[in-house]
Amino acid sequence: MQDLTEPILELIRLAATDLPPDVESALRRAVEQEEPGSAARGSLETILKNVELARANSTPICQDTGTPIFYVRYPEGWSTRVLRAQIEAAVVQATKNSYLRPNSVDSLNGKNSGNNLGGDYFPTVHFEEVEGEALTIDLMLKGGGCENVGAQYSLPNSQIGAGRDLAGVRKVVLDAVHKAQGQGCAPGILGVAIGGDRGSSYYASKEVLFRQLDDANSNPELSALEERLTGEANQLGIGPMGFGGATTVLGTKITSLNRLPASFFVSVSYMCWAYRRRRMTWQDGAASYQ
Amino acid sequence: MRSITIPISDEVIRSLKVGEPVALTGVMLTGRDAVHKWMVDTFINQTRPPQGDDLEVYAAIQPLLDGGVIYHCGPVVAGLDTKQYRFVAAGPTTSIREEPYQGLVMRHFKVKGVIGKGGMGPKTLAACQEVPGVYLHAVGGAASLIAQTVTRVLGVYKLDFGVPEAMWMIEVKDFPAVVTMDAHGSSQHAVVEEQSRKVLEELLAKA
Repeated sequence: MQDLTEPILELIRLAATDLPPDVESALRRAVEQEEPGSAARGSLETILKNVELARANSTPICQDTGTPIFYVRYPEGWSTRVLRAQIEAAVVQATKNSYLRPNSVDSLNGKNSGNNLGGDYFPTVHFEEVEGEALTIDLMLKGGGCENVGAQYSLPNSQIGAGRDLAGVRKVVLDAVHKAQGQGCAPGILGVAIGGDRGSSYYASKEVLFRQLDDANSNPELSALEERLTGEANQLGIGPMGFGGATTVLGTKITSLNRLPASFFVSVSYMCWAYRRRRMTWQDGAASYQ
Repeated sequence: MRSITIPISDEVIRSLKVGEPVALTGVMLTGRDAVHKWMVDTFINQTRPPQGDDLEVYAAIQPLLDGGVIYHCGPVVAGLDTKQYRFVAAGPTTSIREEPYQGLVMRHFKVKGVIGKGGMGPKTLAACQEVPGVYLHAVGGAASLIAQTVTRVLGVYKLDFGVPEAMWMIEVKDFPAVVTMDAHGSSQHAVVEEQSRKVLEELLAKA
């Protein structure tokens, strides 16, 4: 089996230091929405300078390089055990190279492992066998500040007046954005999952964040809700960093899962503006990145 | 942008108002979750006896914090092997987690400036009025840019807390931040929370 440690290291470097073009474009559009001289505009200008500097110097966009979450889709014949070992080796080297901050802490004794490894869930690696010849690895780095403001609702929710329908989903998502204020490094991107159980719902709310910011949901109802939620979240006026302003979220992505008759969960994963996700495709012995 | 030198006098602190951009120069300490809990448990509430190098560290940080600045930051640091430390990425972390501790720490050590992101609550705002002090908001995620204002790493305490949680003593030049909570009881965060709550209520009333 081929050794992918080096190409995976490059994937980590790209994810941590080079903000994807769709996110950068959205931030550049957002600057124009804010009042000249406002703290909101100033913070977006600082963000864009930082993005350029991080890319030029190969240094992390944000010091919180998050939980590395890998999704590996592999053709028949690859060993997931060996792939996991290669991913771990790349993570250790990325930490030595200062692309990643040592972020894996033992919850019982508080010790930081120092190399971003620890247990079966750090880093998080999902494997799926696929047809065809290409192996792809998606990587997302999601920091703790935005992870902490994620929220899960069980509908109906009488306090918010949210029933078991898309109107109810809209209400709880707006509630989550209000509660987050600037804590999750607004402007954020909302990953929303409707249904599932508590675990699968949160999982799907993160997975949907791999979509491109400017794509449209194939389900017309969800597509309309995505647009409406982005617009209404921006009416809240929380603004970049919570300073007040026109840009509170850059986009909303919604997915749905089957649920039990008794359960109706809505999970919101809040992604900070430092929306770090990259894909590596390995085919014919060579890696390409997007 | 107004230049502020650390340590900061009470007069300067009281002259700072919400919304004012500042550039900080001087020596500051990073400190976040583990540090705040350690300070409060060991030296303020004294629910845990000092152990290891606790007392030495206290003696070293106390003069720095008196009139000084604490920065909620867990940096990416290069040179860990050689101890020739250099900050590579050093943006602020979310401050609200320190809300149970911050006011106590400000009063005990006479900390005049707290830097972080996302703002803090009423306990910290009350301490800002008393001490007096200010909360300074740095741009979250602007880690490579902010690291460039860290001219030197002068030392580190409690490295056994881990790199992100340790207390790094750093020299900064023109560190950029905005005053979002001042010594006169004003908080930009309380204002935005209230205004956005009104809009939320209107939106929730719609179908």
